[in-house]
Amino acid sequence: MYKRNIEESSKLERVLREGHFAFTAELGPPRGANIEKVKKKASYLKGYVDAVNITDNQTAIVRMSSLVTSLLCLEEGLEPVYQMVCRDRNRLAMQSDILGGYAMGIRTILCLSGDHQKFGDHPQAKGVYDLDSMQLAAMVKKMRDEGKFQGGDDIDVPPKKIFIGAAANPFAEPYNWRVYRLAKKIKAGVDFIQTQCIYNMERFKEWLKRANDMGLTEKVYILAGITPLKSVGMARYMQNKVPGMDVPEELIKRLKAAGKEKAAEEGIKIACEQIEEFKELKGVAGVHLMAIEWEHKVPEIAERAGLLPRPEV
Amino acid sequence: MIVGTRKPLEEIKAMISPYKKVLIVGCGTCVAVCLVGGEKEVEVLKNELSLAMGDKISFDGITLERQCDKEFLEQIKDVADQYDAFLSMACGAGVQFLSEVYPEKPVFPAVNTTFIGINRAVGWYEERCRGCGNCVLGITGGICPVTMCAKSLFNGPCGGTNKGKCEIDENQPCAWYQIYERLEKQGRLDQIMDVIPANNWENQRPRTVIQPGYENLYDTSSSK
Repeated sequence: MYKRNIEESSKLERVLREGHFAFTAELGPPRGANIEKVKKKASYLKGYVDAVNITDNQTAIVRMSSLVTSLLCLEEGLEPVYQMVCRDRNRLAMQSDILGGYAMGIRTILCLSGDHQKFGDHPQAKGVYDLDSMQLAAMVKKMRDEGKFQGGDDIDVPPKKIFIGAAANPFAEPYNWRVYRLAKKIKAGVDFIQTQCIYNMERFKEWLKRANDMGLTEKVYILAGITPLKSVGMARYMQNKVPGMDVPEELIKRLKAAGKEKAAEEGIKIACEQIEEFKELKGVAGVHLMAIEWEHKVPEIAERAGLLPRPEV
Repeated sequence: MIVGTRKPLEEIKAMISPYKKVLIVGCGTCVAVCLVGGEKEVEVLKNELSLAMGDKISFDGITLERQCDKEFLEQIKDVADQYDAFLSMACGAGVQFLSEVYPEKPVFPAVNTTFIGINRAVGWYEERCRGCGNCVLGITGGICPVTMCAKSLFNGPCGGTNKGKCEIDENQPCAWYQIYERLEKQGRLDQIMDVIPANNWENQRPRTVIQPGYENLYDTSSSK
């Protein structure tokens, strides 16, 4: 069983604090107790990323728990970013899972509201939403910095080294409010941000500029979210069916021009170009690659985008 | 007001089928206004059931001013013995109070209590309040984030805002989009610049309210 020194910090935090351009990917837990599947996905990513996000019943579909999948990744030598959504747990369950995960070596958490249960495989479920993502981040900060539970009692060995993350979407209305919402997340206690998939670079840069101007990027590490487009169909789906997603028409034209056979290759090329651009942008501290069910492509993308080797920290 | 919907006739028939004489009890307040359990609806249900059950069960109907008030419930005290069951068309509160006042009598609900809401147009009602017990409407521009946001976010909007609509329903406006717009127009965005802390959920247990000035009337020490 994996053991970690209670004083050891988050690897992602160390990478960022030392000024490296961070690189995280995503690993979706299996729809069952299939440990081999987790190990296989982890094997693609080991050594190629600083940390890997373990999604928590993403799209409200039941999967192996993000807590246990995170621990399996630790055993495989991969640093997990333990995702926790507000949909499925109240504050008691959240805190006990955080403490359990911390005791076993989890050092990085991503606080999310979660996709509404209506989208998933149990649309009749009662959504919990005891807390929202900001209140969750504030709770984790209180646990870490004050050594206290949300209810106020002292914690016997608090999660002192936990590194707190959250998401941000610069592409959903009201655009003007999004940067203030980022500021609120920072106030709540967030140390790093992973953004929604970025396709509209201009809109992202406008948001980033405002975050820079407000001094927010000095208080939080922003990892730019990327999902390579595999086909014109996927791009259209993202454009029309996924709320809060902004896929400009030029990108779809590029995929079309590449032809059906080469569209996925063109998608990777676009992602690599974006990563090159992010490296030069003030206020971007790294990238978060959400290659959905494409984990085996991550090393290739990392190589081509000049993200290798990953730093030893 | 409290808004409800009529239960399907088959469900109502199944509940009352063991009985011979049933009193349908309407309520003249919220459920009458939302056209589900007032005098007119009692008459309609009585006719439907009489037709469906033939001479197996006989039905009478009466509509009380309110079923959430003992004074009005006692108006059927003298006739109660003539019936072997009550079919209440009130909200869940009315059904429960009717059952409490007549504890020996089987009471069945004919209505599904749905929400606390408003009257948008004739026959059209919309939910507005979940009775959470800690009202934040003063901060959120008079739009309830607990009720109107599908995730009950206190610090929205989430990333799923879809052209001003909620990600779960394109006909449902995003509550936090609306909160933002209204507060911006009123120059009050500063009110939501700070993180609204975790809510104190008061609606997780049965609550009792005794208004100030009335405490002396009641001995509450033995009631719970």
